[in-house]
Formats: sequence, structure tokens, C-alpha cells
Amino acid sequence: MTEAVASGPASRQRASRRQPPAALLVLALIGPLIVLLPLAFTLFEAARVDGAEAVELLARPLVGELLVNTIGLVLAATVAAATIGTAAAWLVERTDLPGYRAWGVLAAVPLAVPPFVSSYAWVSLSPGLQDFAGAWLVVTCSYYPLVYLPVAAALRGLDPALEETARSLGCGSCACFRSVVLPQLRPALLGGMLLVALNVLVEFGAFALLRFRTFTTELYAEYRTGFDGPGASLLAAVLLLLCLACLFAEVKVRGGAGYARLGRGVRRRAARLKLGLTTLPALAGFAALAMTTLGVPLGMIAYWLTQHGAAAISPAEASVSLLIDATISSLWLGLSGAAVTVALALPLGFVAVRYQSRFVTLLERMAYLAQGVPGIVVALALISLTIRAAYPLYQTTPLLIAAYAIVFLPLALVSVRAALSQAQRGLEEAGRSLGLGWAAVAWRVLLPLIGPGLGAAAALVFVSIVTELTATLLLAPIGTQTLATQVWADTSTLAFAAAAPYAALMMALSLLSTWLLARRFAATRFVS
Amino acid sequence: MPLVPSHTLRPARSIYVAVCAAFLVSLALRPAAAADAATLTLYSAQHHQVVDQLTQSFTKETGIPVRVHSGEAPEIANQIAQEGARSPADVYFTENSPELTLLDEKGLLAKIDPATLAQVPAKYSAADGKWVGVLARENVLAFNPAMIRENQLPASLMDLAKPAWKGKVAIAPSDADFLPLVQAVVALKGKAAAMDWLKGLKQNAQVFSDDEGVVAAVDRGAVATGIINNYYWARLRTEEGVDKLHSQIHHFANGDVGGLINVSGAAVLASSKNPEAAQRFVAYLVSKPVQTMLGKGDIDFEYPLAKGVAPNPLLKPFSELQPPQISMAQLGDDRQAAQLLRQAGLI
Repeated sequence: MTEAVASGPASRQRASRRQPPAALLVLALIGPLIVLLPLAFTLFEAARVDGAEAVELLARPLVGELLVNTIGLVLAATVAAATIGTAAAWLVERTDLPGYRAWGVLAAVPLAVPPFVSSYAWVSLSPGLQDFAGAWLVVTCSYYPLVYLPVAAALRGLDPALEETARSLGCGSCACFRSVVLPQLRPALLGGMLLVALNVLVEFGAFALLRFRTFTTELYAEYRTGFDGPGASLLAAVLLLLCLACLFAEVKVRGGAGYARLGRGVRRRAARLKLGLTTLPALAGFAALAMTTLGVPLGMIAYWLTQHGAAAISPAEASVSLLIDATISSLWLGLSGAAVTVALALPLGFVAVRYQSRFVTLLERMAYLAQGVPGIVVALALISLTIRAAYPLYQTTPLLIAAYAIVFLPLALVSVRAALSQAQRGLEEAGRSLGLGWAAVAWRVLLPLIGPGLGAAAALVFVSIVTELTATLLLAPIGTQTLATQVWADTSTLAFAAAAPYAALMMALSLLSTWLLARRFAATRFVS
Repeated sequence: MPLVPSHTLRPARSIYVAVCAAFLVSLALRPAAAADAATLTLYSAQHHQVVDQLTQSFTKETGIPVRVHSGEAPEIANQIAQEGARSPADVYFTENSPELTLLDEKGLLAKIDPATLAQVPAKYSAADGKWVGVLARENVLAFNPAMIRENQLPASLMDLAKPAWKGKVAIAPSDADFLPLVQAVVALKGKAAAMDWLKGLKQNAQVFSDDEGVVAAVDRGAVATGIINNYYWARLRTEEGVDKLHSQIHHFANGDVGGLINVSGAAVLASSKNPEAAQRFVAYLVSKPVQTMLGKGDIDFEYPLAKGVAPNPLLKPFSELQPPQISMAQLGDDRQAAQLLRQAGLI
């Protein structure tokens, strides 16, 4: 930065146009390219289907039914998640609700419960939920934190002065919320809602276990009845377009809207509203929320752990070794997947932070496209590609890890990029000027600076892989069972008791990692 | 920017150490993914509970390790067809005969040892000896007595397409067990009648993705009746307990097409690099002790096909069933059934 200050705007411009070293650029390209691969392949395959056949396949009554099911559920879940998420955020951040800190944590934890595990719990509690109502319940419970977290953060960041002004001008508390607070929350709220919509669109395991038919479950049915037929690629293309529309809307909302606060000075904390008589209903609401989102899944797993389903249990002497095998596979896949994904995200994040240009922004956006590509589409595309053109990779662990890297690259990139943008270049330059080579600078200066961020990225990817079902189910090499595929195999054959130990271990891993992450995150926040 | 105090970095390092250690440990303990020459590769579309039991006892007895790739029957069959001569599979063990017929037509199966074939009545195996029948299931109608009286139940499967049954029947057209039933209707009643029947079902039926879903829906009272294999009802009964069960099953009699017997069979792949072990595994499946074990345990609820082996007492005795007269060859390879289901808008 010093040279830019010394010689003015012209050289700053030159600095921003610096070209990254070719080797670095090549490394940065890998991530975006493997993300594009399944996407392009699916669209290409769909376009190759003969016109008349395509019309026949797409104009099936079934496709209409799927559209109604999928879009109906997306709308219902998004609205429900927005309502619950906003209400919970407001109560936690802005009222004197007893124990608001604890409720704040409890409201975020359901994100660590994979939807197919909560659907396992609900289905085994009452088969009556195998319907729209059950699907609605499960996805709302799993995804409302995607609204709660950003809205709570936005509420914390709001300047109370605006509200106080409104109140002093005679607005009631409801009117004030509606006309002052809500508009300011809009970017966070809309962004969160679109994330919920996107997640509902790509969800597979929960709906399959709830026997609710959406595009993802039907894609799986196509695969089961034909392995690699033309019908699947068309359905996948329709689903892809729905997802990408959501993704673009989300990017627009996040990028375009924002409410600036002019003026300097320290922002006060907003005064907490006294709930008074409404304290009890609010507490009851939170208790019910925690019960539905955490109590039922954890409780049902605990219940089935104590049951001995005679038909459920495979021969008893084998289940312990199966359990250990599945745990080791899950851990191994999670760790190697996290390592590969972060390794792909690192050069891309570095180029994005240090060498901004249109081309680099394009690369970054390509990587983020992965958010809009459902796991089942990635898996089906990789199977078709390898069986036709890269048979040595077919049914191998590297292929499964590539699928993880594609699906979770955006997740890793966000954390890696954040860590890199906080590491000042001046420190590296100081290191270079004191005679260190670039490798030594990377090891002794950069790595300690971005280490915690990389760790967080890896941990996030690890948790996501351990609880991932779709790609694992379709791509796991012969003989590899993970915790997730075991829960799936047992639950889909109604063997609830047999699924319980796997589900319990998976939940323990997921909650533990989330807790470690949250603790670290909280610790650094307090330090700074 | 204030420099980060070094003590905030310390916990991170210990986490790295822990993660690296976990990685190395899991790497060391990781089950070998690649198969050595002695390992048998089984592609299975049978229920994994049954397969687990069988592969474990086989390995214990012979010392031959088995690795399993599971999936739905037509999926695996098409997968083997696409893999062709490169397929890693040695044995294919599946729920229904048409998938085996499909692979037989494509010339991908090897001949089964005559001694193995002799264990099972010839009509339940391939006429050309390329696959052997292992277990059988009966098609039945599950019903909820709270929603429909026993004397209102249909005499024939074909009745379910009549307008009177609107909303009263559940089916799972994308389950591999439904395809042979469609093929049987085609074989016995003709293609046009089969199409009319499917169109009627499209009007009448609630659609689920598998038999497990159908029997659960009938049991909870979401629908009065459902077409399933008897296996799934016996399984639900064992899992939920008799006192919690709200459904019963109705057997189609007098040779009605609804009482079709689905045959679960096994085949050795022509491309197998381990044909000896593969033949041994298939022989093991139909051997008396194994068939007796399957009949006795509460894990599988299928009829053992080996001569002189009694089925699970929960099932109606095999000799009392009145299935339609239809040969394995007539049941064909599922392709026509899938096409009809698509035309009728059911999948």
C-alpha cells in the first residue's frame, strides 16, 4: 500500500491491474472449472434430447405435479421460516425475554441437525407425517436459522436512533416495527428467505424419507428405474434453472440493497422492550420451537437407541464393527474432503483478494454457482461422465471427494476469502523486505494470520460432508458405508431402531464440531 | 489494524494437531477400498438386512470377503449393462426376475452350475440356466379394516381400476416390485387391457415412491388399500409390533393376476474375474442350511425356494397360494412395463 500512497492514484490503478502469477491463476482456475463441469454437462445432455421426446418427457402430467409440489413447498417453507426466524430474532435481540442469550444459541443450533435426520425422527414418531405437512414441518425446522441468523445480526447492527425518532413522533411499537425496522431488515430477511428457498429446492434425503415427491426425489426415481436415461437430464435441467433463478435473486438482493448510516459516533445499544404480560407466551413459543427442532430429533434418536427392533437389527455381532467402519469412513471422507475443498478455495480466494479484475470476479462467481447446483445433479452428472469418458475414476473415492469439493466450494471460499482480506499485505511486504523468501513469508507470516480462518473453513466443510447424504449415496465406492448412508438404508426400509446408533454418532459429530466452531468464533469476537 | 495477540492463535494450533491426528488415524484404520483378487464383488438389489446376514455368514464359512454395492433393481441392471465387460461385479443378487432376464438377453451372464440349479424347482429359474431363483414373494393387497370391510375387497387386481376405487388404493409404480405385476397383466390380459388398467389406476391411486411407503400409508389410515409384496407388511408388523398394527393383507385367489409370485434370483456375471467364488456364493444362497436360516429368522420374510424348506410361519404357506400360471420368460425384462407406466403418466 505504501507505494500507492506515495505516488498517487495512477499507480494505485496500476496496482489493482497487476496480473497474478500464471501458476497461481492456473491453481485458482481448478475450482471454478470443476464446478462448471456437472452444470455444463447436465445442460448439454438435456439439450441433446430429441425435440419431440423432450416435449413428451416434459409435458408429462407428472412434471406439472412436481412443479406444484416443489414450488408450493418452497413458498410455504420460505414464508414460515421468515416468520419464525424474524420473530425469534426480534425477541432475542430486542426484548427483555428471560434467558435471551441461551435462546439465541438454541435458535441457531437446528442448523447442525441435517434435515434427513429430523425427518427420520418425525417419520418414526408418526408415519402420519409422510405428506406435505411433514415435509413443510421438517424443512421449516431445519432452515429457519438461515433467516434467524442474518436478521438477528441486522437487528444488532441497526441504529436505535431511527426507531426512537419514530417513537417520539408518535408511532406505536407495532407501527414502528413495520415502517422503520422491517424496511431496514429487508436485505437480511430477503437474502435469508432466498437461501431457504434454495435449500428446499436442493433437499433430497428429507423428502425421500417423508415420501414427498419433488424434483430431487423424482430424479432419484428416474435413476433407480433407468440408471442413466435421458429423462433424468431434462428434469435435472428444470431443477437447475429453478435453483439458478433463486441464486441470482439472492445475489441481487444481497448486493443491491443496503441502508447506510451517516454520521460518526458510537452507536448505542437499543433499549430492550419490556415484554410484560407477553413474556409467558414468548417463552412458551421458544420452548415449543426448541422442542420441535431439537427435542424431537434428539429424543427420538435416544428412544430408538433403547429399542431392540427385532427385524431392524442386522446380526448383532456385526453391528459394532459396521458402526466403527461407517464412522471411520465418515471421518476420513470428511477430513480429506475438507482438505481438498479448502486447498481449491485458497488460491482462488487469494487471487480474488489480491488481484482484483473482471476476470477474477468472473472466476469467483463461477465458484459460487455451485450453491445453485443440487447435490443429486452433481452426482448423476459425475456418474455419467466417468462411466462414459473416465472409467478409471468411476466408483472411486477421488470422484466422491471431487463431488464434495464442487458442492462445498462456496462454503469454503466465503471463510477463506474473509480470512485473506483481513491479512494485511504490508506485513508480508515487511517480511520480504527483511529478506525472507516467498515460501517463508507464506509459512511464517501469512499462515499464522489466516490460519484460524482456514481452520473454520475446513471445519464447516467437514461438518457438511459428514452430514451429506445425496452425493455420498450415489457416489460412494463399492463397500464404503458412511454414517449418513447407513441411516438412509435403515430408515428407508422402516428399520428405525437399526438407524439410531448411526444417527446418534452423526449428530454427536455435527454438534461437537459446531460447538467448537462457535466457541472459537465467540472467543475471537471477544478479544477484538 | 491491531495485531492479533498471539495467545488467540494457540487454541487454533491445538485444533490443527487434533485434526491432523484424527486424519492420520482414520487413514490408517480406513477399510481397504480396493478389492484384492480374492474379494467377491456383489451387486445387490435385495434388502440390505438380508444381504448383510448372508454375506457375513458366507465370509465366516469360506473366508472369502464380500464387498457389496446396493441399489434399486433396474438401476443396477442398467448399470451392469453400461459397465459391460469392465464391470467390477461378480454376482448380481436381485429382488425380481426381469432384471436378470434383461442381462441374460444382453449376453452378460454366465451359466450357473447344474448342481446349484438342481436345488430349486426348475420353473423358478431361467430356462437357459443363466440365473437361479433364490427367494419368492407374493403380491398382496394391504388394507386398513377401519376404512374398508373385508367383504368389500376386490376379487381381482383388475377391479382396482374401476371408478368405484377412486382414492381408495395406493401404489408404488417406481418401485421395482411393481414392474413385474404390470408385465404379468400384459402377458395374461393383453397390452390394451393393461393400458386401460394403468389409466384407471392413474385416476384412482395415491402414488408413493416405494412399497414401504404404501404399506405405511395404509397402516396409518391415509388410504384404504395398497398393492404391495407380502414382505413389506410382515416387516412393518415385526418392526411396529402386532398390537400397534392397523392393517391386514388380502390374498388374491383363483389364479388372479394380483397373486403373482415375484422371484428373487442371483446370477454370475460373464465378465467376472472371480467366477469360482461367484459360483460358490450363488450355490451358498440356495443351499439348505442358508435357506432354512432365511425361513426361520425374523429378518427376511420371503419364501425360500429350495425344495423342502419351510418359510417363516408369519407367511401363508406357499402351497396354499393360488398364483396365476405364468412363466419367467413371459414376465420378460421390464422394458415394456416401464414404457407403459410412462405412457399412463404414472412415472
